[in-house]
Amino acid sequence: MKPRSKRLVLVGGGVALLVAAVALVLNAFQQNLVFFHTPTEVVAGKAPSGKTFRIGGLVETGSIRREADGITVRFAVTDTAKTIPVSYRGTLPDLFKEGKGAVVQGRLEADGTFRATEVLAKHDENYMPPEAAHAVEQAHKAGATVAQ
Amino acid sequence: MIPELGHFSLVLALVLALVQAVVPMVGASRNRLTLMAVGRPAAQGQFFFVAFSFACLTWAFVTSDFSVEYVALHSNTATPLYYRITGVWGSHEGSLLLWALVLALWTVAVTVFSRHLPDVFLARVLGVLGWVSVGFLAFLLVTSNPFERLLPGAPEGRDLNPLLQDPGMIIHPPLLYMGYVGFSVAFAFAIAALLSGRMDAAWARWSRPWTTVAWVFLTAGIAVGSGWAYYELGWGGWWFWDPVENASFMPWLLGTALIHSLAVTEKRGAFRSWTVLLAIGAFSLSLLGTFLVRSGVITSVHAFATDPKRGLFILFLLVVVIGVSLLLYAWRAPRLAGGGGFAFVSRETALLGNNVLLSVASASVLLGTLYPLFLDALGMGKISVGPPYFEAVFVPLMTPVVVLMMFGPFLRWKGDTLGPVLRRVAPAFAASVAIGVGTAFAIGHATPRTVLGLALAAWVVLASVQQLAARLGERAGASSAARLRGIPSAWWGMWLAHLGVGIFIIGVTLVGSLNQSLDVKMRDGQRAELAGYGFVFRGVQDAAGPNYDAARATLEVSRDGVAIATLRPEKRLYRAQGMPMTEASIDIGPFRDVYVSLGEQLPDGSWIVSLYFKPFISWIWLGCALMALGGIFAAADRRYRRLAERSAPAGAARQAA
Repeated sequence: MKPRSKRLVLVGGGVALLVAAVALVLNAFQQNLVFFHTPTEVVAGKAPSGKTFRIGGLVETGSIRREADGITVRFAVTDTAKTIPVSYRGTLPDLFKEGKGAVVQGRLEADGTFRATEVLAKHDENYMPPEAAHAVEQAHKAGATVAQ
Repeated sequence: MIPELGHFSLVLALVLALVQAVVPMVGASRNRLTLMAVGRPAAQGQFFFVAFSFACLTWAFVTSDFSVEYVALHSNTATPLYYRITGVWGSHEGSLLLWALVLALWTVAVTVFSRHLPDVFLARVLGVLGWVSVGFLAFLLVTSNPFERLLPGAPEGRDLNPLLQDPGMIIHPPLLYMGYVGFSVAFAFAIAALLSGRMDAAWARWSRPWTTVAWVFLTAGIAVGSGWAYYELGWGGWWFWDPVENASFMPWLLGTALIHSLAVTEKRGAFRSWTVLLAIGAFSLSLLGTFLVRSGVITSVHAFATDPKRGLFILFLLVVVIGVSLLLYAWRAPRLAGGGGFAFVSRETALLGNNVLLSVASASVLLGTLYPLFLDALGMGKISVGPPYFEAVFVPLMTPVVVLMMFGPFLRWKGDTLGPVLRRVAPAFAASVAIGVGTAFAIGHATPRTVLGLALAAWVVLASVQQLAARLGERAGASSAARLRGIPSAWWGMWLAHLGVGIFIIGVTLVGSLNQSLDVKMRDGQRAELAGYGFVFRGVQDAAGPNYDAARATLEVSRDGVAIATLRPEKRLYRAQGMPMTEASIDIGPFRDVYVSLGEQLPDGSWIVSLYFKPFISWIWLGCALMALGGIFAAADRRYRRLAERSAPAGAARQAA
């Protein structure tokens, strides 16, 4: 090969590789984004059905209940305006508590229960997950507009 | 008094950093030796004052001086002494002071090991490092002063975050910072080279050991960090693609590309402008990592500080560093064209492929980490990008990297013929496909990913053996001891690091395919089974620590009726903050970990217990250890020491092997 065509092959190969990589990244991106919705949005039907997403807010006081197996937990997540019942199988994070902020990831069942596969709480006593704080803030804003 | 001394000495350090940033640079541009000579003492003085300041803060922690706000927020009289000392870098202000200290330490190391560098070049290197120091010291003093007084002083401190009260956190941050900040030396060398227009093999040769040592620290730091996440978070995982983890992984990926590209620049004079760009990129990603972790812009299980003002300052620093260096690059790099030519089939091509793939991988992590931030900032909704994204991207990008890794060492520089190389590689390749498929079926987990992982790992191991044999065969006639001694340390470094990648893949593949876990409700005398292991719950006792109360469970682990271990997981409640903590208990074995963590107590008196069976998980860290050890061997190569005695030859042509 002439040096010129050699360089062409090298550059062409590099570009092809990059294009393949970008395609790969974008494709993975499309399939694996997890959206966040506030309980109010979920009740309003804005959340996707049959797809994993996150909700966040406060764990409603008095809502935590364990089933007989001890492993399945039911609780409710609220943004102070709307409340979503959640069920989860597994150990809860250390700072998961009633009245505190939490973010859960999972799917919405047909009966309106959110089946969580992951429960996130912050590891600092005074800190609320930003998504949970956002949900409560949104609900307050919406509440304020209605009151006016 | 002592905190004020610490504060003042930080101000003095900033003044000296300014001197170090300006004077030698001016000297270099006017070619005045007296001005250039100022860099060395200024850097050493700066190190002295930062170290003194760090000692003052440590003193405040040791003596529990709660009139210092930072101490009051992150320590307690009941905290054990060693956690009071590590509490110094337990949060934002102190960890930035550690950052500054580590940078000063690297700078002093440059002044000590720089006798062979030309004066002009050293002056510019110290000048660039001085500017970085100025940025960080100003950041400390303006937004994050750790010596801020709290008046009146608190009677008792809030204590260090219990998650950080762990031996892993004693060494993880210093190691990680040594790595992060160490890339600033590679960066300074690159900028100095751009400024002087001297970017030859000698420059790459000076830069290589520094970059490799920084990479070793970063590798070790990441490994310790992921080990900490594994046992301390109590969930039995080791890597979550959490933004904070990604923050250190991005510079690691680019740093890995950099040490390979530096090899090409040193040996063949090629890739020069690309190497410079990588050095700039690796350091920028280190700064970005600091920004992500310290600004609180990301949602993460372990993001600590949250203060937008600070985030803005680091962002500004980041923009200045990237902007200025890219401008300089755009202005100077066109002169760098050239270097040794190479054929399509050559070691250069293999290393080019490695570089492109590692950079793309780094960019894909960057995208996954930053995209949610952008969307949020633009008010387009909150999203998260989870492990499935990173795994979907990583496996296809890293598989060819490993394949290239197997070809590279067999290929000659400049040009080679494909046929003989393929014939050398083919047997190991065929054998590893067979091993991959066979093992996957033998362990009853024949998924494409398991087969791929096992085959790749087998190939790395087989090819490593083959490479060693080939290397030993090179000097026929010599005694085997002489042959072993004849292999340069740098070659052992490459060999060990590549073998480490293979061991790492075995760990990741097997723990991913075969790990099992079970959450179960248990009470005294009750038994549970997981993966052939029996667990008998023997009740819970109170166990008080220095600054916490704990419930400690006892579980007897047996296999086929033979007792193996007694595990004692704890549920702790740290008194100062009333914060609960899960302390897992692990029986570590060469081929599997048995991991137990204690959940909460139920009203009926029974406990929730999480049981995990993690096959081959230690191999992940063993692989990292081998990679780091390889880096040490590479940096310790005799060539770099010889170079301290006589100045390095200029020009790449003579280096061509």
